[in-house]
Amino acid sequence: MSKRHNYGFETRMIHAGAQPEPLTGARQTPIFQNTSYVFHDADHAASLFNLQTFGFIYSRLTNPTVAVLEERLANLESGRGSTCTSTGHAARLLTFFAFMEPGDHFIASTRLYGGSITQFGKSFRKFDWNVTFVDVDEPEAVRRALTPRTKAIFVESLANPGGVISDLEALAAVAREAGIPLIVDNTLASPWLCRPIEWGADLVVHSTTKFLSGNGTAMGGAVIDSGLFDWTAAGERFRALNEPEPAYHGLTFHETFGDLAFTTHAHAVGLRDLGATMAPLHAFLTLLGTETLALRMERHCENAMKVARFLAEHEEVAWVSYAGLPESPYYHLAQKYLPKGAGSVFTFGLKGGYAAGVRLVEEVNLFSHLANIGDSRSLILHPASTTHRQLSPEQRQAAGAGDDVIRLSIGLETVEDLIDDLQAALERAAVAARRAAE
Amino acid sequence: MQSMKHDSYPDAYILGILRSVRTIAMVGASAKWNRPSYFAMKYLQEKGYRVIPVNPGQAGREILGEKVYASLADIPEPFQMVDIFRASEAAGEVVEEAIALREEKEIEVVWMQLGVRDEAAAERAEAAGLKVVMNRCPKIEFGRLNAELAWGGFDTQVITARRRKVRLS
Repeated sequence: MSKRHNYGFETRMIHAGAQPEPLTGARQTPIFQNTSYVFHDADHAASLFNLQTFGFIYSRLTNPTVAVLEERLANLESGRGSTCTSTGHAARLLTFFAFMEPGDHFIASTRLYGGSITQFGKSFRKFDWNVTFVDVDEPEAVRRALTPRTKAIFVESLANPGGVISDLEALAAVAREAGIPLIVDNTLASPWLCRPIEWGADLVVHSTTKFLSGNGTAMGGAVIDSGLFDWTAAGERFRALNEPEPAYHGLTFHETFGDLAFTTHAHAVGLRDLGATMAPLHAFLTLLGTETLALRMERHCENAMKVARFLAEHEEVAWVSYAGLPESPYYHLAQKYLPKGAGSVFTFGLKGGYAAGVRLVEEVNLFSHLANIGDSRSLILHPASTTHRQLSPEQRQAAGAGDDVIRLSIGLETVEDLIDDLQAALERAAVAARRAAE
Repeated sequence: MQSMKHDSYPDAYILGILRSVRTIAMVGASAKWNRPSYFAMKYLQEKGYRVIPVNPGQAGREILGEKVYASLADIPEPFQMVDIFRASEAAGEVVEEAIALREEKEIEVVWMQLGVRDEAAAERAEAAGLKVVMNRCPKIEFGRLNAELAWGGFDTQVITARRRKVRLS
């Protein structure tokens, strides 16, 4: 699949974007803690402002440290270019901002991260950007939800938190037929496990806060463009990219920049006006994370599989939703799209229901009770009372975050310690739930 | 001359061209500042190349300080590369002209811009001893191989632990 690359993934996760700094020879990427850049002369400044030459103006638009991470993510995702942002939320806003107009519509999966559902369903409506949530397990249902104003289809490759996998190839076919881009949130899989562009996705978004940085240190987001979507052929629905841009004296992005258009627009217009820029320090920390991405993901997946098997056989556990288990309805999709492992974030339900669930998150000792995923540490959460709290009970159920659900993000600790910790906490939670029932 | 596979070019082949060429005849150069050819011409000038615009509609005028000629034959001095900013259908004719003028103008390279391809013309040019690049932009390739393209967040596909030489004055 990666025939376009001359080097293997592990080589590229360390080297892509990061040549030795030519002036000093510094081997590790320097943190350019700097806001603005000196022009050679007035003509050079004019060329930069006209987008006629490559170079830096102001760190709201581009920064040398952030650019290294952008190239690395574009490379690892098999994309043309990428744009880093302050958070994953900002990456989604920046992506839709490139082509949505008031009154426009897009289709999104019912099983998204709760923060995405709230952003799309509530805040985006203030811009009159209208979403229809659809069960994307049925590509036909997606087709039926298309309207003349539909601009995109948005799914997660591996959904948070449900252990659900989207059939990317089938959805890419629906998007291609409709002449609109397929946008895939690849946060939970990471490019080591799945590369949506190789399955037909046009744009990929990330919360880099998760597995890419990997240590719970730095907020960040990114949108990676495949460079393959034909914005011009898609016609007047994508005016921002294929009609003259007044703020750049009538330059037409897709005509002038070709497959560089989306990423150029995302910096020169998106970050210019939305201002949701990634900090250079955060780019540096995320670069450190990507250097070990494959190694960490392998261990994350290995540990997650062992914990999922343990839970599936535990008498206090009602069900486990992990796509790596053969009994999962998404097992066959996992084998196709994530053959190296089904990630390390999944959910399970306790027979003791809500009461046992709340007790469990308080009884564990090694698992950190917090609202994040993709850390080197193992994390535990009760989504119904935290990340998915803003959703209705129906939305929570649809998102795989019902009242009895516990979400785990399995870390890199000794897996026997994690299993022992869960075993002890499950026993104590069950006793407490029985006492509460009596 | 060994004929190239035109789906992917080794970096060394493109770098060899960009390092040896000093003067470029740009066929289809536009006088409008927001056109792609104007962007490419301005960038290549900044990088030290002499770019001579060829555009019959602008002949006798100036673009970016350079006199515009109606055809390659009209250019009164040598140039090593012809950069074709025309539709694929029009590329063949320009290639024929370049082949005919190869010795007189010291032409070494025929370069067709992003989106421009003419396999038959490429074969004829190679048979005549010219190097050929198709469906690429010299600005993007120069930027890519000198790490400038990466500043905009793009994948250059360049993986190296070698320290790039910086020319100091």
